[in-house]
Amino acid sequence: MIEGARWRRWVFFNLPLALFVIGLLFPFYWMMVTTVRPDAELYRPWMAPNYTPFWTLHPTLDHIRYLLDETLFSRWMLNTFFISVLATAISLFCGLLAGYALSRLKFPFAGSLGTGIFITYLVPQTLLFIPLADIIRNFRLGDTPWALILTYPTFLIPFCTWLLMGYFKAIPRELEECARIDGATRWQAMVYIVFPVAVPGILSAGIFAFTLSWNEFIYALVFLSSPEEKTVSVGITSELVRGDVFYWGSLMAGALLGSVPVALIYSLFVEYYVAGITGSIKG
Amino acid sequence: MAAESVVAAKSYTAAPRRGAVTRVLENERWFAFFLLLPTAVLLGLFMAYPFIKGVMLALSDAKVGVPGSFVGLQNFTALLNDSIFRTAVWNTIVYTAVTTVFKLALGLWLALLLNRHFRGKAVTRAFVLLPFIIPTVLSTFAWKWMFDPTFSVINWTLFHLGIIRTRINWLSDPGLALISVIIVNIWRGVPFYAISLLAGLQTVNPELAEAAAIDGARPWQRFRYITWPLLLPVTMVVVLFSVIQTFADFQLVYVLTGGGPANATQLFATYAYQIGVGTGLLGQGAAISLAMFPVLLVVVVVQLLYIRRVEIH
Amino acid sequence: MARVIIRSLNKKFDGVHAVKDVNLEIHDKEFVVLVGPSGCGKTTTLRMVAGLESITSGEILIGDRVVNELPPMDRDIAMVFQNYALYPHMSVYDNMAFGLKMRGFDRIEIANRVQVAAEILGIQEQLQRKPRQLSGGQRQRVALGRAIVRHPQVFLFDEPLSNLDAKLRIQMRVEIKKIHVRLGTTAIYVTHDQVEAMTLGDRVVVMKDGVVQQVGEPLELYNEPANRFVAGFIGSPAMNFATVEVANADGALWARHEGIRIKLPARIADRLRRYLGEKVTLGIRPEDLRVASSSDTADLSFDSVVEVIEKLGSEILLDVKVGPNTMVAAVEPTVKAKIHDRLRLALDPDRLYFFDGTSQAAI
Repeated sequence: MIEGARWRRWVFFNLPLALFVIGLLFPFYWMMVTTVRPDAELYRPWMAPNYTPFWTLHPTLDHIRYLLDETLFSRWMLNTFFISVLATAISLFCGLLAGYALSRLKFPFAGSLGTGIFITYLVPQTLLFIPLADIIRNFRLGDTPWALILTYPTFLIPFCTWLLMGYFKAIPRELEECARIDGATRWQAMVYIVFPVAVPGILSAGIFAFTLSWNEFIYALVFLSSPEEKTVSVGITSELVRGDVFYWGSLMAGALLGSVPVALIYSLFVEYYVAGITGSIKG
Repeated sequence: MAAESVVAAKSYTAAPRRGAVTRVLENERWFAFFLLLPTAVLLGLFMAYPFIKGVMLALSDAKVGVPGSFVGLQNFTALLNDSIFRTAVWNTIVYTAVTTVFKLALGLWLALLLNRHFRGKAVTRAFVLLPFIIPTVLSTFAWKWMFDPTFSVINWTLFHLGIIRTRINWLSDPGLALISVIIVNIWRGVPFYAISLLAGLQTVNPELAEAAAIDGARPWQRFRYITWPLLLPVTMVVVLFSVIQTFADFQLVYVLTGGGPANATQLFATYAYQIGVGTGLLGQGAAISLAMFPVLLVVVVVQLLYIRRVEIH
Repeated sequence: MARVIIRSLNKKFDGVHAVKDVNLEIHDKEFVVLVGPSGCGKTTTLRMVAGLESITSGEILIGDRVVNELPPMDRDIAMVFQNYALYPHMSVYDNMAFGLKMRGFDRIEIANRVQVAAEILGIQEQLQRKPRQLSGGQRQRVALGRAIVRHPQVFLFDEPLSNLDAKLRIQMRVEIKKIHVRLGTTAIYVTHDQVEAMTLGDRVVVMKDGVVQQVGEPLELYNEPANRFVAGFIGSPAMNFATVEVANADGALWARHEGIRIKLPARIADRLRRYLGEKVTLGIRPEDLRVASSSDTADLSFDSVVEVIEKLGSEILLDVKVGPNTMVAAVEPTVKAKIHDRLRLALDPDRLYFFDGTSQAAI
């Protein structure tokens, strides 16, 4: 596509792209190296002559072993998984129904409700966490997974609804009209015809919602207090940092392992993630 | 014969009797009502109610375990005289403005690079998005470790490149802490910009750029007069989204500096957390959170107006 | 099988009166076509019959039963849509079986009916395919099949052939006609294409701006259009119009305009007498114009200048200038004419149409 000399391609394309990729991925490489680096190497100042930043000659699994044996890491993983799956399921259920109603049905205030959903979609978690913490306490949900399972949908439902509305709008109306003439009720036309056709959108919304739940931090930090109830992000933050002491090896091991589920889903569904991102910003 | 009798028995009557539920759900309005009900209940309980509760808290002197009483706007007037709050406001503005400019510039650049054809494009794109996918708190810990003054790989690199002579205290130097936080935010945000803008770029018909090239437009002119105007709607939306997220950011600063040193990186959200959860002054904390609201509202209104305008055209 | 009766049907959307007081009786086994330009209310009328659109006022009866409040699923109708509306996630078989499954038919009966319909339409080979693997014509057949298997009381067609190319459209038109002859199901068919309307309909309903202009058999519409709109809409190429003045001279009535001076035969003259001195619209079908020979009188012909020549093979279309008016004449393919030629055109006095200058109704 682009003409010109070979050096131009190097200067204007290969080099900047390489720098971008290195810059964006280096922290993850750093995570991996730190995870397998023995403490003796880990706490060697960079001024030291034998400082080897980019590799280690004595890889060890000690940090991972410590993480799994001495901390509640596996418990946190399970908690996070449980919470993310349920919050995603609830949000998908609500988002599917609401998205369908808002994009397809005619009823009073449909337009303003759609706008309302869009606004709630933009509300950041940090705006409401203090009163929400109070409410969670009043409902006696504090320090239970339900505190998160029920509050994550507040930002996941608007997201799912918004994303799915875009998908529903793209499905020809005639499909469900035909189904209704064929003898399906409104509910059946929605469930048997519209939802199956929107499967790519549902998948996008689902994996995105799962990722957002997995990554959520402030609600988990504020609503949960016992170590055995925590999610991965919060557990690592609070249990592997004692005062000023950071257990860097295990911390990085935790960060690495804690990212695995999300990274795995991501690697399987890259295209759906990209579709989710582009769908979520569509007006 | 047997088959035929089965057929006859099953033959369809023109108006089957339908249950009451079915009849109600066939009414478009009732159907819409029931579809929206679960969402309305959840958002009402955990969004609308907390919002009202937040306003009430912000107007009270509630503390953890103490319901508190109504004090009017006292919390807000106190904030006006609170130098830490003013610092937090200023920091938030700088943090949002600087990161947005860099994220947009770098994101656009990366998007343009990724929009070209090259081997391994799909893989590159997938890897580039990783900072956005991996839990922020976890990747931020990697940065915190990279910023460590004594063991820092960044310092080692800069030293060996001959850029610095002594160690740099990235996170504990009040002058550098905000810059460090900004760097990490840019790192995390660029992929989102790049992928969104790349999607926008892919909707721009390449024939337009080719037609402009035939008309004698240089690459820069092609970008300036063809690609950029067509990309503007997507860019607007991405920027507004990102502004809201950045303005209300919490976890990145919480992990890297906790708002320190000496409040040099204190943002709205971290300060609200410190007062509301750390100190337990619920009323004060809620007031700090809600102080974000007017700014967010303006951004949302701008966004809605912009979307309306785009829809009308 | 059933008749459909539409009584004083009205539809208003946000202030737009889309369908105005439509009355129509469609007999059992009849094939009725609603035709008109886009926005004339034909599709809205059909969708009200289907139950997809609420009725503002009036009544719709299917098989003597008022269906105003009945949801589409209970109306016992089948509909074929312009974009086929095939369920993309289902195989052809499942597409055709869906309506039967929804109605609780057993599997053997469903399989039988689908098989029969597939045979009628020649799509047995495609039953296990997905819609996206089919060509346009095959998709159209599946859509038809989905309607056929149901054995509904009424078929509704909403511009089913618009998405097909010209050749396939003609082929499918014949197919639809054959199916109707074979099954005899009452059918309402909406199209904007008057050729489709004329070839398919037992009767044709011409609509414009939500109002029924004329209902009649195809040739009735062609030969006796009720107003200028129907006259112009039916027939291809379209009828020529010119505004003329009715004048009295030499003991006869004349239609006069710049370049036109036609002596009206007695039969027409009687009807036009009360328009004496007024302006009316003259209509002449292109196929009723021919190149004048020496035997033609000057009273029934006029001069023209050839502007464009379209050679269609079976005939030649001449775009000619008559005074200030442009007209089209469909003439024999043997006619040798060149652009800018002056040509005298003769007309058939029995095939002149006149329309009231203001109401546009046929005189």
